[in-house]
Amino acid sequence: MIKYLIPLVLFIGLVVFLAIGLNRDPHEIPSPLINKAAPTFSLPELKDPAKTLATNDLRGKVYLLNFWGSWCIACRDEHPILMKYSKGEVPIYGIAFKFASDDSDERSGASQMLAEEGNPYTLVLYDSEGRSSMDYGVYGAPESFLVDKNGVIRFKQIGPITDEVWNTKILPLARELNR
Amino acid sequence: MKRVLILIFVVVFAGVAIAKDAQPNEDPQIEQRMKTLTEQLRCLVCQNETLADSRAELAEDLRAEIRAQIRAGKSDQEIITFLTDRYGQFILYRPQVTPTTYFLWFGPFILLIGGLIILFRYIGRRRDSIQDTPLSSEEKKQATELLTAQSRKESA
Repeated sequence: MIKYLIPLVLFIGLVVFLAIGLNRDPHEIPSPLINKAAPTFSLPELKDPAKTLATNDLRGKVYLLNFWGSWCIACRDEHPILMKYSKGEVPIYGIAFKFASDDSDERSGASQMLAEEGNPYTLVLYDSEGRSSMDYGVYGAPESFLVDKNGVIRFKQIGPITDEVWNTKILPLARELNR
Repeated sequence: MKRVLILIFVVVFAGVAIAKDAQPNEDPQIEQRMKTLTEQLRCLVCQNETLADSRAELAEDLRAEIRAQIRAGKSDQEIITFLTDRYGQFILYRPQVTPTTYFLWFGPFILLIGGLIILFRYIGRRRDSIQDTPLSSEEKKQATELLTAQSRKESA
């Protein structure tokens, strides 16, 4: 009897293994930055290039750092969700960025998008050369990082934040970190 | 007319596509190193393309970054560390040998060895079940009788 059960068990094991592989989103790559110190930056504000904000200025705060761009269609999809939660418990800091190889004027593009569709951000910074986005390993905008009071990244969302992601992941974790 | 327009369109834009990435002033040695390095790296945007071939803007930025780092005298290992620190192991087409990838690296050999063990045990068991017992004298006599009877019949 066991003789016939072994191949069956092996087969079921293989099916389970393959099913897990097929149902995983290949675009969600585990970030090496989770539970590491958030890469430092010092970036000019989008509105006023004379003012800058650095990672150190955000110490002691739990915040969400959102990389976006007016050129990014998924960011436009995400925008209403951010608007919905912008007055809430978690401050959202935006970094409007573009790739260095893209020579469009993102500063005006990003400003225009915020003027037209609203500004969900506590503050928006501007990364014209994509340096910070590279340091944060951003490859599929929008990407968001939840950073704790000690400046450690605790959660990363690749792609648009949804109601579900906000309510089941970001908000509970932010509450826990704020405690 | 329409065909001519399409042809012009194609020719003009092919030129644009090439020009965008061409680096005419680049040191060919740096270019060569950049190329061999990026051929082993995955473009995270398109995933099935190497960083060397991809036309994604992120790939273009990363190629520029790698060029700059080579010019600054960084070693290949330092550049790879720079990339894996940011984008993770997934950027490497050849994963590093770490505890999480042991199964990936050594799994096939374990399966091979396991298969060979099962194969040899099966062969051994089969050999044991087919026993080579010599004939008893009674049986031998019977056999010779049958054989001689047979050959007599044939010669007759």
